[in-house]
Amino acid sequence: MKRRDSLKAIGLTALASGLLLDSCKEDATKTQQASVLQSPNGDNIGRQEFEIERDKKLHAETFFTKHEMATITVLADIIIPKDDKSGSASDAKVPEFIEFIVKDIPEHQLPMRGGLRWLDLQCTKRFNHAFVDCTNAQQIEMVTAIAYPLKAKPEMKQGVTFFNRMRDLTATGFFTSKMGIADIGYVGNSPNRWTGVPEDVLKQYGMENV
Amino acid sequence: MSVFEIKKSGTVYDAIIVGSGAGGGMAGYVLAHAGLNVLMLEAGPFFDPAKDAQQLKFSYESPRRGASTTRPFGDFDAAFGGWDLEGEPYTTKDGTKFDWFRARMLGGRTNHWGRISLRMGPKDFKSHDIDGLTDDWPITYEEVKPFYDKVDRLIGIYGTVENLENEPDGIFLPPPKPRLNELFIKKGAEKAGVKVIPGRGSVLTEALPGNKDRGVCFFCGQCGRSCKVYGDFSASSCLVIPAIKTGNLKVLSNAMVREVLTGPNGLATGVSYVDKNNLQEYEVKGKMVILGASAGESARLLLNSVSSQHPNGLANSSGVVGKYLHDSTGASLGGFLPQLLDRKRYNEDGVGSVHIYTPWWLDNKKLDFPRGYHIEYGGGMRMPSYGFGGGMENLNGLVPARDGSTREAGGFGASLKDDYRRFYGSQVGMAGRGTAIARADNYCEIDKDVVDKYGIPVLKFHYKWTNDEVKQAKHMQETFQSIMHEMGAIVTSKIHGPETNYGLEAPGRIIHEVGTVRMGDDPKKSALNKWCQAHDCKNLFVVDAAPFVQQGDKNATWTILALSMRTSEYILEQRKKLSV
Repeated sequence: MKRRDSLKAIGLTALASGLLLDSCKEDATKTQQASVLQSPNGDNIGRQEFEIERDKKLHAETFFTKHEMATITVLADIIIPKDDKSGSASDAKVPEFIEFIVKDIPEHQLPMRGGLRWLDLQCTKRFNHAFVDCTNAQQIEMVTAIAYPLKAKPEMKQGVTFFNRMRDLTATGFFTSKMGIADIGYVGNSPNRWTGVPEDVLKQYGMENV
Repeated sequence: MSVFEIKKSGTVYDAIIVGSGAGGGMAGYVLAHAGLNVLMLEAGPFFDPAKDAQQLKFSYESPRRGASTTRPFGDFDAAFGGWDLEGEPYTTKDGTKFDWFRARMLGGRTNHWGRISLRMGPKDFKSHDIDGLTDDWPITYEEVKPFYDKVDRLIGIYGTVENLENEPDGIFLPPPKPRLNELFIKKGAEKAGVKVIPGRGSVLTEALPGNKDRGVCFFCGQCGRSCKVYGDFSASSCLVIPAIKTGNLKVLSNAMVREVLTGPNGLATGVSYVDKNNLQEYEVKGKMVILGASAGESARLLLNSVSSQHPNGLANSSGVVGKYLHDSTGASLGGFLPQLLDRKRYNEDGVGSVHIYTPWWLDNKKLDFPRGYHIEYGGGMRMPSYGFGGGMENLNGLVPARDGSTREAGGFGASLKDDYRRFYGSQVGMAGRGTAIARADNYCEIDKDVVDKYGIPVLKFHYKWTNDEVKQAKHMQETFQSIMHEMGAIVTSKIHGPETNYGLEAPGRIIHEVGTVRMGDDPKKSALNKWCQAHDCKNLFVVDAAPFVQQGDKNATWTILALSMRTSEYILEQRKKLSV
């Protein structure tokens, strides 16, 4: 994640820049004047020519193989499953988002491809099958071995790093989707009149007189 | 057909303005309304926020969910450009670093800025006596105040009257109420001895008296995308487009100016430019030339305008053009408030500028660094966009689960999904923006070896922070940590130490660069007089941030607007006297 994206996520939208999350160490973006994909609603008003072209080009390309996409889909649904509030990651088209974002931000490509391969090799060693062909219980066992950074075994470190990225991309893909935004309860982005924190909330936190 | 031809227009404009941001936009507005025949050249495309803003789009309307791949502040941000433009490089020397942000579009960087609109104070204009480190402006706050007042009325700004010595009050619309996180910040900061007051921003929280062309803010919190109803200040919506409507201002977009042309008497006669659409070269004539191309670009234009009368570059007999470049300092810290886990949902988008801030509150005589900073705050239930949920493994192990049990950091599945919901809206962040000392040794010059894709020689930067700025950043970090502690927040961003200059951002990152064509009474030490008129060329003016002698910790835009208006009114008076 770029530092400015983390900043935005934290709500510091008025600020020019700043480093807020430890894990964000990438350098400044190069503004390129050549590569894009059609935005989902086809609305290109206010987009620059190079952005439109770039989107188009990225949409026409395929990065992940069918096998890789199948693995991503299983992993994403393990990370964000359907529950009584909303659907699963794949219901929210998270795998499709991941396919796009690795083309858009190529720094993701090598760690994702290599990480998926690492996972398959681990599963083959343990269970004699690639990850997608393992039983659900085997998949959960494998994921459990890499999902908890502080208690994972040292030899699982590469898997932990991969899974952290996979978890981040899944969460971002899910909670920025229509389904995810409804789930998280973001109710803004619509004309209103801001008159301050609601009374009951002020009372809840004892902030009536601040 | 293969002959390289420069097309020359016969029209002589009353004024040619280079650049359409805060400075150029204001000059265009004032002069066009006064009836002058004005030509404005803008290096980027035409941009009308009413049509072109990405306002009110949801993240899923961007395939990259708002990531900053092609726009440094995200896919919906209103700045076309960034720190790196394809085909338009800049260089640095002696291992120093300067990051130069350029927005190529009508209105320039004002389309996406934070709208934080602070006046410089009396001590910012006359700061030499504080410690001898800086030069005084040739003008006082009292001389600029009437123009700040007029800018407040013309454009609109919210805030509160506080009667602070060096944080002058303006003519204010009501400020937005604080969000919940901001109440926690205010309480914590005050416990830490840090004063917090309502923000000051150029957003119309109420209708602007006497203005029927602009709508009132509807609180989407998206000023960075620029506003379709013109509820915030952009030079495009509030200055240039109204100026075009007078019929007196013509805008040439995608026109990249090469140099200012001068005649045998040394006066400016016009500019030459390349049309980016077809690479055709042009020359246009004007009775005066006004540069509002940005501190960097205006210096570049002057240094590239070499003639027998101006062998050192135009307006540069003093040799100061390019020198005294300074950007604000910046450092930041982020974390979350455990008290706000599982908070109630409601719309708290508010305005896209700051709801609260901290003006500089200490006395530097008692500190080990010379000048102060202000603090901007943020946080809350924002629209999730690319980056949302990132690094959950660094958060969810820090607090117990709802049932009080210990949580293992990281994870997957239903409990992880629930963690994103729990933490949503609990984050807080703060960032300092401080005074950097203007130094002759921090400068830009023409790189003798490098040209851009139009063949225009590019800028080479030399910029180093000193202990003055580093110690200020250290103080910021200590203050931020103390506020975080007092409000009961858990810090999640890196805590910077001496090895990273306490998180001090590289010069240029705060995008407040000023000072490259400074004003002054002494033509040997300054390029412009106190009216922003070149000492060496009386029909040449500079109206962006280049004339700044010494920036305070205040964001530059409101001062650019006030000075540009002041210069434009001076031009009108001088025209009456037939001296320009």
